[in-house]
This record gives sequence, structure tokens and C-alpha cells, in this order.
Amino acid sequence: MNVSIGWISALLGRAVDPDDAAARLTMLGAPVESVERIHHDLEGVVIALVESVERHPDADRLTVCRVHDGTVTRDVVCGATNVVAGRKYPYAPVDTVLPGGFKLEARKIRGVLSNGMLCSPRELGLGEDHEGIMELETDAAPGTPFLEALPVADVRLEVEVTANRPDLLCHKGVARELAAVYAVPVKLPPIPNAPDDIAAPRRVTKKGTVGGIEVVIDDVDGCPRYMAAVVRGVRIGPSPDWLQARLRSVGARPINNVVDATNYVLHELNQPMHAFDLKLLGGAKIVVRRAVAGERVVTLDGEARDLTADMTMICDAKQVTAIAGVMGGAESEVTERTTDVLLECAYFDPKRIRTTRQALKMSTEASYRFERGIDIEGMPDALRRAIALIRAVAGGQEPEPALDVYPKPRKQKSVFVRPSRVAHLLGVPLSRDEIEASLVRLGFPVAPKDDRLHVQIPGWRPDVTREVDLIEEVARLRGYDSFPSESRPLRPSVVPTDPNVARQARLERAFTGLGLYQARSLSLTGSGGSDAFRVQNPLSAEDAYLRRDLLSGLTRSVERNWAVRERDVRLFEIGTVFRDTGGPLPEETTRVAAVVTGARVPAHWTGSGKAPDFDRWDIKALFETAVRSICPEGTIESTADGWKFTETDGTVRGWAGALEADRPAWAAVLFGFELETGDAAPPATTFVPLPTTPPVERDLALVLPPGVTAAAVEGVIRDAAGALLAELAVFDEYRGSEMAGRSVAWRLVFRAPDRTLRDTEADTALAKVLASLKERLGVERREA
Amino acid sequence: MTTPPHAQEELDLIAQTVDRVSTADAAVLAELRTEVLGRKAGKLTLILRSLGSLPPEQRRLLGARANQIKQALETAIAERERVLQDDTRRTVDVDGTMPARHAWRGARHPVLAVVDEICEIFKELGFTRVSGPEAETEDYNFTKLNMPLDHPAADEHDTFYLGPGALLRTHTSPVQARVMEQYQPPIRIVVPGRVYRRDAFDPSHSPVFEQIEGLAVDEGISFVDFKAGIDYFVKRFFSPDTVVRFRPSFFPFTEPSAEVDVQCQMCKGSGCATCKQTGYLEIMGAGMVHPAVFENCGIDPERYTGYAFGMGPDRITMLRHGIPDIRLLFENDMRFLSQFVS
Ligand SMILES: [Zn+2]
Repeated sequence: MNVSIGWISALLGRAVDPDDAAARLTMLGAPVESVERIHHDLEGVVIALVESVERHPDADRLTVCRVHDGTVTRDVVCGATNVVAGRKYPYAPVDTVLPGGFKLEARKIRGVLSNGMLCSPRELGLGEDHEGIMELETDAAPGTPFLEALPVADVRLEVEVTANRPDLLCHKGVARELAAVYAVPVKLPPIPNAPDDIAAPRRVTKKGTVGGIEVVIDDVDGCPRYMAAVVRGVRIGPSPDWLQARLRSVGARPINNVVDATNYVLHELNQPMHAFDLKLLGGAKIVVRRAVAGERVVTLDGEARDLTADMTMICDAKQVTAIAGVMGGAESEVTERTTDVLLECAYFDPKRIRTTRQALKMSTEASYRFERGIDIEGMPDALRRAIALIRAVAGGQEPEPALDVYPKPRKQKSVFVRPSRVAHLLGVPLSRDEIEASLVRLGFPVAPKDDRLHVQIPGWRPDVTREVDLIEEVARLRGYDSFPSESRPLRPSVVPTDPNVARQARLERAFTGLGLYQARSLSLTGSGGSDAFRVQNPLSAEDAYLRRDLLSGLTRSVERNWAVRERDVRLFEIGTVFRDTGGPLPEETTRVAAVVTGARVPAHWTGSGKAPDFDRWDIKALFETAVRSICPEGTIESTADGWKFTETDGTVRGWAGALEADRPAWAAVLFGFELETGDAAPPATTFVPLPTTPPVERDLALVLPPGVTAAAVEGVIRDAAGALLAELAVFDEYRGSEMAGRSVAWRLVFRAPDRTLRDTEADTALAKVLASLKERLGVERREA
Repeated sequence: MTTPPHAQEELDLIAQTVDRVSTADAAVLAELRTEVLGRKAGKLTLILRSLGSLPPEQRRLLGARANQIKQALETAIAERERVLQDDTRRTVDVDGTMPARHAWRGARHPVLAVVDEICEIFKELGFTRVSGPEAETEDYNFTKLNMPLDHPAADEHDTFYLGPGALLRTHTSPVQARVMEQYQPPIRIVVPGRVYRRDAFDPSHSPVFEQIEGLAVDEGISFVDFKAGIDYFVKRFFSPDTVVRFRPSFFPFTEPSAEVDVQCQMCKGSGCATCKQTGYLEIMGAGMVHPAVFENCGIDPERYTGYAFGMGPDRITMLRHGIPDIRLLFENDMRFLSQFVS
């Protein structure tokens, strides 16, 4: 919303400081995003009288004007054809800097010295026209600064208006806010040459006529109130300078006097209006009705629009002329030839407008305002203001007072406020008088009622519907910063902390400690298999599905790292994956995944300068770390392509191994794992007493025939060695062509918890182990 | 010549010389060795020689002690000699400026670290951390939060739909409703999590980002408590001298609503490009819980009041570290992530 400080000053009857106003509005809830000084760059331009216009001696298309700037008369060479001797024009003398930074110099044009320039509207930044010099209707004496004669210099605030405050979409509304803080009244500025005899509209309940036009509301839900006025005998033409300047000050383009008048009222009072050319109306009738499915209308923008039965239309006797509250039809637009206009001033149901503009995929200045709710009570005043303005700038007469079709007048809305509740919610004692005074200043009429306040809600505040809304008004005007910030005793939350938090923190600690970086990938992806959940309205095909797993995203991240020549990549991610289980919502599961590739440790100069790369045993370790951290119950099994984790109930919850990737030749193998985090609690740690007796160690190199696994061998060793075996670990594997299978070496540590173990006892246990291994697995000791 | 009755005291004295070994240089060490262990006149050597003349019981006791001291002294001297030798080698051969041998270092994702930090601060104010589903219903995402879809306020939430009435949550606020339906106050929760908006990826927008929602509901919680809670957080998270500003705003689920700004850290309030010349940076939307939300969730709005807030850790992380492009927070570039090793 563009706000003109000049306009606001006129409404408040005092000069308003732009920066102060911006700060106040920001702290009232309408943040000002920019403060822009406009047209101040015309300071050097003056009003000049052209005394004579002669043809340039050497150029057919140029003239030489004698220009009097109040003190001296100079020659100015001019290319425009509209300059007339004896009239006044904007004149930029030598050394003036024009908008755009162009500095004027005295220079010879085809042999004639030109001292400065007579300016077109475009050169002054005041319009599109650059063919002719800007014509002025002014009494100002030559030499008067242009900005004094034509006060277009202004300051424009760009104000962010929240969706609940339609009243701030116009100058009167913004002025009301400032009036509350400055404690001054708001008064509409007088319109030059306006008649003061505009009669109040005539209220009817269903239909009526105005200027011979019958007005009927068929769709009362869509259009609770419709007012119409007829003005005959207008002369369409450009608006006077002051009106054009007002519109330009808010960034609107002047069109013609009648349209400009309605736009002025829009920006002043937030009442969108539409002017129809009465002669182009098909038949003397306006009907507000629902569209019939299949109907079409060509809107002002030239587009053909298909209508549906839940849209409200403005129709004449023959056809649809406008989509109510959204856009007018092309047929009955006001043109240069228009002499009689029908002025529409209506209230359309916000929800109806919203669904209509959503269905038609078009948002207009009018729809934006109707959708947020305009001031239904302020309509008669807005219409009278528009009629007065049209008559002032375009002439014409009303054959009869305007018509006000208002089938079910709304009851005055009111809300009770309990001063005790205000103090309770805001946490500071506020007197009833203070509350009352605040509300009155903001435009809410207040009357005491018992121990409460009975507050009337003006039509421009559709957002205020209950007590708490008024409490906010009190707080807002008082200023949020005026409330203390004071910690008071508090009771602890009854809501338990999500156990996932601790589970995820354990994983995060483990993996960052192991040198991995926490990754964060998008949860939207291009595909994900048959049970991936589809998004109905994706931005593109690349993000049409919810991710089914984490490893795909991490693999893509690794490929991106490879693309920037990063060979060593170590990432882990904890996040939600989604699965389509046929229900309306996807099933969500939390998972942890990691990928590693490249050097296992940073290269160091004490080594060869190149560290070994990650291999399968590293990813197995990371996988085991994750499993141990989140769900210690279950087993990791070796599979054809890696490992899988199976919970005690038999469900497979995770996988680890080498990954397929788009790998450059210089990159190392990529390994990864992915695991559901589940909901198991970690087991409590129980202390095991430290051993007090010495151990006996035995190394055992075994030949494992093909097909015998280390796990199977360990199972047999533990079984046969009995309780004396304290530790068991593989320390070597050897494969040689001279043997079938391979040799694996274990170190066994024996210990008796209560006495010093004798060597012979360990040897006996070892013999039992060997016997058992031979019998059950065909595994024998490797010959030295 | 030591006589047996004095042998005990002599041994005690010799035992003390062991302590001198650890600081002795090579010369002192040689001296000590001769003085105590010398073959001919070493004090300990002499005592050991004299033992033969003692009665068996006394000989056994003193002999054990003398041997013990001898062993300790020999070990200490050998150790000291090794250290002295090492020292010599070190000063001659080792360049201490050569790089150390490190292990890989990992790091949390900067945004998720900020999420934890924020939650930890609110934990100090009694807030527990909870979570909720990312796929939600319109009912929880909008309706229960007093945010009807036919109101223009809904336009600010450009939504990914999963089906009729089903969507990807546009904020973590639905968890407010879920928690209030399940528990009666006192409720104090923070809810971090992923949220989704139908915005194309650009330097300041991502269709997926993190949000932290907070909710405090109890009897007697007022606007003053609200300001105190937020103020506490801001000063703990930024710095104790951070200037905080509360500004009226509009959110359907709070009333009164506030936008919370902190004074721009870059320019200290004088205006710069980061704060778009305003001197302040918006860090959260907040306010007192709207009574309609309480009503929708089965909590008596006359008895209970409360405050709620929501903030974007992505933006806060970008501000804190001077990260110019939100996409960096999703690319998992090692060159980026490795900058956040702490
Ligand atoms: Zn700044």
C-alpha cells in the first residue's frame, strides 16, 4: 500500500513528518518498508512565460522561443509543436538537473544558442507524453518554482498491511491510526469547485430505479448492498493537476476525470467503484445475480472468462457487464464519448469474491479490497464523495439522488470489554478510563455497561469481533514496548519430552565424533518407487514425491561433492521418510543414514602421504555403531551385497554396503548404511566388576574350509571354552594358494574370576575347543 | 664404616636420594651413582656388605629393604638417563612445526545446531521438546488454528497438497493443537521440525525449511510473561545487551500478535543492507494464544491464557554466520559443512 504523506497531511489538517509517521505506523502494526521522496528532483524547474515563438532559421521542425523566467528573457530552441506565445510552461534553466540526472547546458542547436529547456511531462517524470511541452493552467508569476505552482513533490510510504486490516488500504484509514497517536481529528479535505448539495442516497430493500435505470439485487448473499448513482452531461477529459498529482503520489496512473474520481475515492476511502457508460448499457436495467454455468464475459483486459454458478455478476438487460467486485466488462467502459455515467458503489461478500478470483485466477485492486472486507457502513459517504468529485472535475448533474439497495441492513456490531480481563491478559493494571480513552481514540464508540464497556465496532474494522481483539487495540495504542518484561514464577510442563530427541542426539554425537558431517537434504524428490507418496501440486517433476529413503539424497550429495573435486566425503543424516500405505496421509518413519568415501583418516606426512580409503569394514563399523546406539536387540547379518539388521521380531530395519553412484575415475568406492531409528530405549548400563586375577592368553590360527564363517567358528569356540573364556577376537586372516579356504587367527584370553589360572587349565580348555571345532565344523589348527 | 645399629637410619637417608634422580642432569647422576652404588665405597654397597654380621632375623629385614632401595634407585637412574638421551635427540632432530596427526573431525549441520541451541535455552524456562507429523490435515494445519482457508491470511501459506484435506504442514503450529488436545495445562513446549511452502528454490526461499514453534499455557500467563520469555531467549541466544523490539502484527492464532525484532547485529541499529536500512531484523512471530484456538482444542480460554511463538532457524543461522544463500543449507557441500567444526 502506497501512502502519500501529502494526502495524510490534508486529512489530518497538519503537516506530518514522514519519518515520524513511518516510525509510528511501524509500531502500530503497519510496518513501513520504505520512505521515498518523489518529485523533489524538480526543484530547479520554474514557471516561465513564452513571449514569442518563431521558426528556427535553419530547421523546419524546430522553433526558437523567447522565454521569460521572471528576471530575464532568453532564447530556447524547442522541438515541440504545441508551444503558444503568451502561455506559461515549465522551464529548466541552464545548470538544472532533471530527473534521471540529466544536467542542462547552454548549447548551440543548428547555430542558435539554446538556454535551457521547456519540459514535456515525461521529462519531468509526470507522465508518458514527450511529444508536447507540458501545458499549465496556472496564475503563478514567471519565476515561481514549479513545485510551488504544482505541488507534486511528496513523500511516499510503502506500508505493509496485514490481511486483517482492510481499513489500512486507504488514506483515511492510515490517517485514523496516526490521528489516534497524534490526538487530532480526521477530516476529509475539501474538493475544489465541488457542489455541496449532494443528497443522501435513497434506501430501498430489494429494488428501485435511479435516473431511469432499474436496479435489482437477486443475489443478496453475494451482494448485500448495492448503490447506484446516475450523473448526466459529464465531459470526459483529463483531470485537473491536483487530482492527477494525488493519484501519481500513490503510483496510480491518471486516465480520465471520471475514472480518476473513482480511483481517488478508492485510495481515500477504500471503496472500489465502477463507472459504466450509461448509453452502452444494454437496456435500462442493472441486475446483480449469480452467473449461470457456461456463461462467458469479456473483461476489460480483453480476456474471455468462463463463469460458474457460484460467481456474482453485474448484468444489464441483455448481458453480463461485470464480474462483481473483480473486473468490469469491456462493453460498457467509459470512453471519450461518454456523457452519462452510472456509478456503482457496492459491497460484495468477501468469501464470494475470494472464490471467484481464485477460480478465475485473477486478482485486481478491487478484488483485493472486497476480499478483505470494505466498510459497508461508509458506502453512502463514499458514493456522495465520488459524485461530488465527478461533478467538480467533469461537470454533469444528478437527475435524482442515488439509490441504495440494502435488503437486510446489518445490525450495529458491538462487543463487551471487561477492564479486569484487559488487565489479566496484559499483565499490568489498566484503569477503565484508560481503556475507554484508548478505544475512543481509535474510533470505537464506547459506553459503560455495568462493570464492563459496551464498544461499538465501526464498519471499517471487520476484524474486530470479540473482546480479545479490543484488548489488542488497547495494547497496540499503548505501545508494546511500554509493557514490562518481567519473569514470574512458572509451573513445569506436563508434556513429556519426545524420546526421539535423546535418541537422535546420541546418534549425532556418535557420528560427528567419528568424523562425519550432518547433512540435510530436501524431502521432495523426483521419484521413489511404487510406494512413494505423490504431491498433488509439485513445483516441478523433480520434486513430485516425498522421499522414500535417505541414501538416495545422500548419494546425490556425494556426487555433487565429487563434481567440485572433493574426494573425501563423510555425511550422515537423520530425517523422516514417507511411504504410501493407501491411506490419506503417508506413513512417516525416522531414519538415520550415512555415506563415506575416500580417505579413512587424513593423510599425514609420517605415512606415505596417502591414507588408506574407507572399505567395507568401516561401513560395517558405522552400521554397528548406529544399531548399538538405537536398538541393541537384534542381529546384523551378512548378505550378498553387505549387511542387514533384523530386529528380534524378524523385521529388517536397516542395510549397509557399497552404493551405486555416478563416480569419477579418481573417486573412491562409496559405502553407506540406512537404518530405522525405531522407538527402543537404550538399555541401562550395569557395572561389571573389574578383573583381579591375571589372564592367560592363547593364539589360535585355524584353517576355515570354504563356507565356514568366522561367526560359526566363534560360536563353537565360546561354546566349547566355557566360562573361563573372557575375551575372543580375530587378529589376522591369511589366504594362500597352498590352502583350500583360508586361515583365520583368534586370540583367546582365559581368566578365572576368583583365582590365578594355571597354564594347564587354559591348555585343557583349548584342547576342548579344537576337538569341538574339528567335530562340528571340520576346522583344524593351522600347521606352523 | 656404618655399624648395624645405624643401618636403619642410613637406609632412610639413601631412600630419599631416589627423589633427586628425576631432576638430576648427567653430571649429578654420575655423582649419585658413585656415592650410593659405587663398587668400592657406595653407601648402599657398604650396608649390603655389612649385613653378613647381623643376626638372621635382622639380616633378613634390612636385606630386603636395602635391595628394594637399590632396585628403585637403579630403575630411576636408568629412566632418567633415557629421558636425558631423548631430550638430546629431540632438540637435534625434531621440527616441532611439522603438522600434527589428526583424526577426521565431524560437525553438526549449522541449522540443526541452532535448533538445538534454541531448544536448550527454552528448556531453561521449563519448555519440553516435542515433535509431530510432517504430513498433516487441513484441520490441524489451518482450521483448528483459527485460520480458515477462505480468509486471505491463508494466502501467505502456499501449500503442497497430498490429497483432499491432506497436506505438508506449512508450519509446526499444528503440534500446538495436537498437544493441547492431549494435555491440560501447564503446557510449555517447543516444537522444532521441517515445514513446507510451495516456494521455488532461490537465495532466500526453500520449499523445505526448519521451524521452531513454542507454546506456554497456564493460569495467569500474561503479555508481561510473554515479553519476559521472549526477552530471556533473545538475550541468551544473541547477547545480554541485545535490543529487542515488540511490534503489533497479525497472526490468526494469536491475539494480541507481535512481530519480534532484534537490533541488527551488523550495524547496531544505524541501518545497513542486512536489515534493509531499518536497523532491526525480524526474528519471530508471536503473541498471546487466540481464545478461538483454545476453544478449538478443548481448553477453557477464560481459565487459561498463554503465549505462542514461531521462528525460522534457517534464517537465524544465515544471519548468525553471514550465509548469503539458503540453498547452501541443503547442498551438503563438504567445503561448507567443514566450516562448522567446533
Ligand atoms: Zn543493519
